[in-house]
Amino acid sequence: MTKHTPNLKAARIVGGVHASNPHDSAHKHVSGTAVYVDDITEPAGTLHAGLGLATVAHGKIKSIDLSAVKAAPGVVAVLTAKDVPGDNDISPSGMHDDPILADGEVLFHGQPVFCVVAETRDQARRAARLAKIEYRELDAVIDIWNLDAETHKQVTTPLVLDRGDAKANLEKAPRRIKGRMRLGGQDHFYLEGQVSLAVPGEDDEVTVHCSTQGPSETQHMIAHALGVPSHAVTVEVRRMGGGFGGKETQANQCAVLAAIAAKKLKRAVKLRLDRDEDMTATGKRHDFAIDYDVGFDDEGRILAIDYTFALRAGFSADLSGPVGDRALFHCDNAYFFPHVHAKSAPLFTNTVSNTAFRGFGGPQGMVGAERVIDEIAFAVGKDPLEIRKFNFYDPMGAKGSRNVTPYHQTVEDCIIQRIVAELEESSDYARRRREIAAFNANSRFVKRGLALTPVKFGISFTKTESNQAGALVHVYTDGSVHMNHGGTEMGQGLHMKVAQVVAEEFQIDIDRVKITATTTAKVPNTSPTAASSGADLNGMAAQDAARQIKDRLIDFAAETHQIPRDQVVFLPNRVRIGNQEISFNELVRQAYIARVQLSAAGFYKTPKIHWDRAKGRGHAFYYFAYGAACSEVSVDTLTGEYVVERTDILHDAGRSLNKAIDIGQVEGGFIQGMGWLTTEELWWDGKGRLRTHAPSTYKIPLASDRPKIFNVALTDWSQAYEPTVHRSKAVGEPPLPLGLSVLHALSDAVASVADHRICPRLDAPATPERVLMAVERLKAEAAK
Amino acid sequence: MAKLKIRSELRFILNGEDVALKDVAPDETLLDFLRLRRSLKGTKEGCAEGDCGACTVLVGRLSAGRLVYESVNACIRFLGSLDGTHVVTVEHLAGEGGHLHPVQQAMVDFHGSQCGFCTPGFVMSLYGLWMKSPDPSNAEIEKALQGNLCRCTGYEAIMRAAHAISTYGKASKDPLLAERKAIMQRLTALHDGARVEIGDGKHRLIVPADVDDFAKLRDALPEATVVAGSTDVGLWVTKHMRDITPVIFIGGLEGLQSITEDKGVVTIGAGVTYTEALGLLSKRIPALGPLIERIGGQQVRNMGTIGGNIANGSPIGDTPPPLIALGATLTLRKGSRRRTIPLEKFFIAYGKQDRRPGEFVESVQVPMPAKGEKFAVYKITKRRDEDITASLGAFKLALAKDGTVKAIRIAYGGMAATPKRAFAVEKALIGKPWTEETVLAAMEKYAEDFAPLTDMRATADYRALAARNLLLRFYVETTGAGTPVQVTRERAA
Repeated sequence: MTKHTPNLKAARIVGGVHASNPHDSAHKHVSGTAVYVDDITEPAGTLHAGLGLATVAHGKIKSIDLSAVKAAPGVVAVLTAKDVPGDNDISPSGMHDDPILADGEVLFHGQPVFCVVAETRDQARRAARLAKIEYRELDAVIDIWNLDAETHKQVTTPLVLDRGDAKANLEKAPRRIKGRMRLGGQDHFYLEGQVSLAVPGEDDEVTVHCSTQGPSETQHMIAHALGVPSHAVTVEVRRMGGGFGGKETQANQCAVLAAIAAKKLKRAVKLRLDRDEDMTATGKRHDFAIDYDVGFDDEGRILAIDYTFALRAGFSADLSGPVGDRALFHCDNAYFFPHVHAKSAPLFTNTVSNTAFRGFGGPQGMVGAERVIDEIAFAVGKDPLEIRKFNFYDPMGAKGSRNVTPYHQTVEDCIIQRIVAELEESSDYARRRREIAAFNANSRFVKRGLALTPVKFGISFTKTESNQAGALVHVYTDGSVHMNHGGTEMGQGLHMKVAQVVAEEFQIDIDRVKITATTTAKVPNTSPTAASSGADLNGMAAQDAARQIKDRLIDFAAETHQIPRDQVVFLPNRVRIGNQEISFNELVRQAYIARVQLSAAGFYKTPKIHWDRAKGRGHAFYYFAYGAACSEVSVDTLTGEYVVERTDILHDAGRSLNKAIDIGQVEGGFIQGMGWLTTEELWWDGKGRLRTHAPSTYKIPLASDRPKIFNVALTDWSQAYEPTVHRSKAVGEPPLPLGLSVLHALSDAVASVADHRICPRLDAPATPERVLMAVERLKAEAAK
Repeated sequence: MAKLKIRSELRFILNGEDVALKDVAPDETLLDFLRLRRSLKGTKEGCAEGDCGACTVLVGRLSAGRLVYESVNACIRFLGSLDGTHVVTVEHLAGEGGHLHPVQQAMVDFHGSQCGFCTPGFVMSLYGLWMKSPDPSNAEIEKALQGNLCRCTGYEAIMRAAHAISTYGKASKDPLLAERKAIMQRLTALHDGARVEIGDGKHRLIVPADVDDFAKLRDALPEATVVAGSTDVGLWVTKHMRDITPVIFIGGLEGLQSITEDKGVVTIGAGVTYTEALGLLSKRIPALGPLIERIGGQQVRNMGTIGGNIANGSPIGDTPPPLIALGATLTLRKGSRRRTIPLEKFFIAYGKQDRRPGEFVESVQVPMPAKGEKFAVYKITKRRDEDITASLGAFKLALAKDGTVKAIRIAYGGMAATPKRAFAVEKALIGKPWTEETVLAAMEKYAEDFAPLTDMRATADYRALAARNLLLRFYVETTGAGTPVQVTRERAA
């Protein structure tokens, strides 16, 4: 790429916005040359750390004997809580409840108690097993299902949303159903586990290469733990091998421990968790117990609803507060609730502290919404799709009043009607519905099911200060561009999208823009790459930086040529200045000679949004992203085994910055959502040990689990209602809940064994076991 | 008999280079060797237990005079098992000047990577498939990728890439295939008939010269860990950090790798891998084909052996129940003495088998079902492929002319501490007419045969219920009721 000769006659640049460029690192991914943290050439003398994990779910540490650990071959040091020079806490919530290493008490099975540093990783891991720790075991709370959400200890303040008068309207509703749903959690299963490499510097300095979604927060945590100012700590991440929310706060522990050890021992230290340790000791998607009480009319229109979303927070707050909040923000999914009362209950348990995971509680909220739709459909004897359509928010531009969310934000951009209508047609829903009924009537054991479910997903961090971003753009004298921003690359193609925005701004081909590693030394105080916000925020910040430089170039050209500014026009790889055209590179060269600054820091903050948590009111989201999926399954009613026959998806990415990347996000998000709701089951034993802590026992989807027929399309007509970056919409999280269509198709198939008269109330994950047990329950109830 | 040569050096080819190592730890994995000692960091560790495939490399070996390349999990493959092989990593694929291989270019053009961490493994699995089947079907690709997890893409883009590879270049132009002859010569030269011994005393690895040498060693070192495919022993090291020394590697012993058929009996040498067994077994006993294709991923099937699956004694091994239902026998050998027992007698209790010190499993003899006999095996798992059994049932039925059950053998895995026959159920069926009524009555007898456990794979209730329903499935399938009884990955016409 170094010999690039720009095409000065091109009508369009290569690879600008809306182009389907491949991932910036694709050629490196396929050839094994993309460098992840564990692949970085280690400084000479690098040491390796391993963790010693608690072996009880709750207990006081009576004694710790680490002599055998220290005496093991290769061991250089062993760290315990007292070796933390600064604050032994990495709580992201300010609750001070997340010790780096357990101090006196352990609160979950697998909690890190000590950290051993040795010459090799193998030595560290082996040594870690030699500790003799005595505990006085205390009662442990593992599951939330039987806890009282009113009285049980909560890790943080719950949220209540209230609009209208739910209580009174439930009481006077013609029909009313109460129910409860169990919804499982999910391990991130990023293919690259947690890893950090800390390299000590001069004075109090340390540089940490960390697989983190939040380099700034990791930097701040390291500084706190070391007791040094943030300016002493640099955190860098070129790429992660997957994140999905699992490296938003959960990366910090490894980073902090590696940094502490590196400073103490004055040698580079790497800490990379084994998969089992990673799954045991780091947080996951929250599982929920959802209570619902819905009032509706005979047609199936929702009149009032009351929800309690209890979530297994684990032993500390971490992000459980905001995850519970987002569940409530999405308990309406795409439906208008005239009267609503909803509350969260982030319940303390002696399990690993649950955390962010793609969707951040939103998908769990939607599961609650769709269960209620199912209940109503069975109660009034209609196809659930009819009930869905009947309860949608008013479409964009309608003059109705069915457009206010439970948090008092008016939905202005609702396009779910059109998406569902188009998908209903392209998936041939009505015909297949009839065919499936005929098939089921003639098939004794194998039953088919069909479901079409919508998604409406709110875009913005609900923590308002997180909705800001910075970028740093340099133009070098040869016209090549160095681009940096606060977002991190975890596979989602963010760097490519932001590079496309910069290329578009300068009107230069994409390979003139260099993508560089995210580092806290270039762009400070960044938000984690989360909440689907990466391209929205960082794309705008990079655009701002590019525009500043461009403005200076325009000023320079206008002044030099004594023409108005509007006669300086950026064309592909060239600039028209009055009547002449010169290459971009030439203009840059001339500008440098004229001492024009060719570097800029860009900034962006999302307008309009505000949120008052205490009141439960605000404009929490800048806009909404929409989508819908239609799935068909076959179920074996003798064993509960199933396959997904076909899925059709229509998803809204606004004016997509890169359709290839966005389609990848939709396909991957759907499969991840499907996995969460079907085969991915977290299972704790009676001692509070997670027993599904590796891919041999925790089953994420395989290629052979994806739908046999899988049609995915983006809406080619939608654009963001707000002036987002090139009118695109966020696409990281919104596709995940499309996987709900599979859960509901399974439910539909199960319902067929009782002639669709009984709501299957199929809980998730709908493993073959849960499906078979639901079949049996329905058969028994139907026989009564 | 010629004097046994002993070599204290491990030799193999790594990509283009001849490697000779005198320092090899008995439990050193190929992945650690590649990453830590050779800085070949394209091969990744995702799980260190042979489930995710991020560490997939190809191993080429001479088999019956041919050079075969197979995908394997470097994370659980021991270095010591590689004597005389050709190890190919992702770094070897791209041509001069970084020109991408067709497999790689297709993955780029079809957006088959997102985070990219699993990608080298996918590339290697697809490369292994492409060598054998340049224009594969959807089902072939899915099978080749059963042992590769991707958390980002949802696989669709990878499947599109896999289908397109053949449009990017011909397999015959592939450098590895073009150099096949030269590599074969180099590998043949490495096979010097010597026993390999590295290390001293307990901390020793041994690759026997041949089966007789192994028999001698086994007898002399009953405490040694015998490693064939290492798909289980690998985890003893990577997960449990157990000391497995001394180690005897038998994966390369051709004398244990024959699978033959004679007078209605298929004899499977203990070193025959699932992949090698698949061809003949799926022809002669068709129901075993789809079962074998659901054991592990392709990489595990390329390493793991049926002999190991038996010798391991696990109650959730997938091959013992069907082999027991088929009436298989097992030949054990100690030194030069052999004994043959019914396979089901081998499994005494949990963790206890009828194998005496110094003895090893040499072969298993599997009688093919007689004409008219019906045989089926069903595996129930949480996820369809690459999952460990929750419950697995195998059935062999012979009907009398009058339609009554002349003989039936039913065996299950996952339902007890060992693979186990369902004698009470069998008894309730024998002599009765093969009707749904008989079957429904027999289903009530399962509780006499099995009291399964609850664990992370399934509850006891589910195991019990699904297990008995399998008999009904078997009945319906044998009587050909017309409508489907199982869900399948096949696409409807």
